[in-house]
Amino acid sequence: MEAAMTSPTEPNPTDADASLAADGVAGDRVAPSGAAPVLELADITKSFGANQVLKGVDMALRPGCVTALLGANGAGKSTLIKILSGVHPDHGGTVAVDGIVRPLGSPSEAADHGIQTVHQRIDESIVPGLTVAENLVFEELIRGQLPAVRSTSQLLPRAREIAATLDLPWSDAVLRTDVFEFGIADSQMLLLARALSREPKVLILDEPTSTLSASEADRLFALVRQLRDHGVAILYVSHRLSEVRSLADDLVVLRDGRVTQQQQRPFDMSAAVRAMLAEGTDAGTATTVDEVRGHDEALDLRGLRLLARAEPIDLSIRAGEVTGVLGLIGAGKSELARQIFGADKLPEGEMRLKGAPYRPDHPRDAVAAGVYLVPEDRAAEAMFPAWSVARTVTLPFLGRVSRSGVLRQFLERATGNRVIETYQVVAEGPAQSVDALSGGNQQKVVVGRWMDADPQVLLLDEPFRGVDIGARGELSRRVREQAADGACVVVFASDVEEIRGVADRIVVLVEGQIHLDAYTTEVDDDAIVTAMSEES
Amino acid sequence: MLLPGTEDDLRGRTQDAVVKYGFIAVTVGLFVFFAATLPAFATTGVMFSMLKFASVTAILGLGVTFTMVVGGLDLSVGSVAGLSVQLAAMTMVFYNLTGTTAVVVVLIGGIVVGLLNAFLIVVCRIPDLLATLGMMFVIQGAKLIPVSGQSVSSGMILPDGSAAPGRFTDGFRMIDRGFLGPIPIPVVIMLVLVVISWFVLSRTTYGRVMYAIGANPDAARLAGVRVGLYRASAYVISGMLASVGGLILVSRIGQGDVNAGASSLLEAVAVALVGTSVLGQGKPNAWGTLLGALLIGIVLTGLTMYGFQYYIQDTAKGMVVILALLFSFTLSRRKVRYQPAT
Repeated sequence: MEAAMTSPTEPNPTDADASLAADGVAGDRVAPSGAAPVLELADITKSFGANQVLKGVDMALRPGCVTALLGANGAGKSTLIKILSGVHPDHGGTVAVDGIVRPLGSPSEAADHGIQTVHQRIDESIVPGLTVAENLVFEELIRGQLPAVRSTSQLLPRAREIAATLDLPWSDAVLRTDVFEFGIADSQMLLLARALSREPKVLILDEPTSTLSASEADRLFALVRQLRDHGVAILYVSHRLSEVRSLADDLVVLRDGRVTQQQQRPFDMSAAVRAMLAEGTDAGTATTVDEVRGHDEALDLRGLRLLARAEPIDLSIRAGEVTGVLGLIGAGKSELARQIFGADKLPEGEMRLKGAPYRPDHPRDAVAAGVYLVPEDRAAEAMFPAWSVARTVTLPFLGRVSRSGVLRQFLERATGNRVIETYQVVAEGPAQSVDALSGGNQQKVVVGRWMDADPQVLLLDEPFRGVDIGARGELSRRVREQAADGACVVVFASDVEEIRGVADRIVVLVEGQIHLDAYTTEVDDDAIVTAMSEES
Repeated sequence: MLLPGTEDDLRGRTQDAVVKYGFIAVTVGLFVFFAATLPAFATTGVMFSMLKFASVTAILGLGVTFTMVVGGLDLSVGSVAGLSVQLAAMTMVFYNLTGTTAVVVVLIGGIVVGLLNAFLIVVCRIPDLLATLGMMFVIQGAKLIPVSGQSVSSGMILPDGSAAPGRFTDGFRMIDRGFLGPIPIPVVIMLVLVVISWFVLSRTTYGRVMYAIGANPDAARLAGVRVGLYRASAYVISGMLASVGGLILVSRIGQGDVNAGASSLLEAVAVALVGTSVLGQGKPNAWGTLLGALLIGIVLTGLTMYGFQYYIQDTAKGMVVILALLFSFTLSRRKVRYQPAT
């Protein structure tokens, strides 16, 4: 791994031509080897309260190069991008543009220094109700560089200029339409053109293809290459390794707020994925489980389509063991969990639970069948602001703490107490508000409420996110006990180490497809990472 | 999270106390002030008329409270009360039916409007404010169609030239005028409905689920709650409560006044909002709504006895609402903000 940690500023004379030509990408391009970096980040830190998200990031972007930024959820990518866009001025460390340290105090300051960002959420940047032309010249409008009272006709010349920078074939009629009529791809092109209208030195693209079709993405790639050839430094954030492989010159991996790897072409993708997922894959430190194999098939899934563009999959999940479903973001993990739980419609296929047909139309049906889900986003999907532990725990099973619809407070308290004691939640008592608990204890409450109710199938989507190491061990142990008692437990995660620490069987998902299905003793980390980094 | 044992902690606790009891203190203080300065204020007669006035507002406010609990708002309560006035008058005056029939017709009317609201909001997914606003206008206009925009009163001349056959029955008028023991019937109805609403919202599984939906509908769904069904029920309850308020109103006026109920909407929303602030609960609740209605009743009665004009009363109502919102939004520290994981 250390061997790959070469500085991106180091001259790199040999690989550019060969590797790019091999990829069939702009073969006549001469990579600006050894050019001074246009953007240098030094020791960037950022905390939110007690939570340190960035722990000293150093990075440099070369002009005329595409730098891919990789990282699992929570690695700190979004925070880094926000710092570079001037959203978080109160960060530690320095950002230098062309060798001069520049404070990025606001988005407009960042833009003044030549840094433009196209954010992932297009709907947050496009102003509906305005015309395409108005959106194109939006920055100039709000900066007062154009007359405040104006007709679209007055804006058209400038809008045409901006559209022309990307060769966008938009007629005046198109420029006059409400941007609401635009599809996602066109909106993205609009934002790109808007970003380029200020002739940036650095262009940041955050997950630009996440909502595009294949042909739309190809159009975007062509543009990115064109910009690169014009000398723009591009920071390209994506989870899609195939894109990174064909587009990037440099590669930076972020994990847990630190740069864990930097590479230049040609890339070693397995090493990058490893750096992204697990700090140390040294055999000594990795926690493994005493593998147990279940025999009873509990949940039989036939022909489930996880992603719109993916082929259907078959999967049979056994009781008595913990199945770990491993995959990067967008691999279809949450889709699988939500389909089994009835939270999303089952687009295709059928499910059988202990042999009987199982087709939940609503989470209520799943809960009635003993199929429970701990959702991925705890705050948004499992918790209620200011609710007590007892309330949070009893909500799915109010029938058990009431008589004829009237709540029995002593039963509620008792249930709350039982979960607190059984799962060792650090809380003052069942009446304490869940807001005041730490992430790990919140998760124990959310997991505990389901484990307290005899699960047939327990689905845990990213159960260790925002959970400290101690609570994680405790949760893993409890989850394994549940399986030993005969439940069917499925843990969904993107971290090999996390899955290794809890699961008996590993199923690797890549873009909605199963790439690996084995018991943990049958595969080593290399095989798992290779399966995760394979293209479909 | 609070850091204990600091100056902030003391300040915070003082602030909590102000939020928790401040509103009750304001209510009691105003009551004492009026009682001390106006000799006639704290008499049984004035108190009963004040409570009777407050009962309509409180009952409509309870309906709004139910919809606020599920995170919505019903703007049609005032017009439902107006519709009830019209329905009751038509039933008795046009069709010469009994008071009991009128009561049943009015309640059905309220439930039907509630179902329509629920359909628009839950099935058609129109935002609650807009759906109920639209419903408000529809009702205000539609109720006038069968009476050609005229107020319905006993002995009125019908379009065909004959006199209307019926009149408001004495029994029906007793809803507002009658007493149960020493207490006026509207006050009894109000108290019973407050107690039932309180019990349902805070002591039953139904109420618990309703609050869960208001706090986080996505999390409620993932806990197995049929969110749409419960939200629909809130609007049906709201429509029904509004029609009960309308019954008391029409029994009081004794005719199908076309403008009745028009001002009730703002008062009902206001008292439900005030109720949200009371006792520092920060969430809509039945007792708070009652207290809000009492406070507005006290303020209006006091100001009227001081001889202030009606427009001063509206100003005063507005100030009470803003004061209550100050307690909820500005002073309260219980506002919970989630920091989603990065």
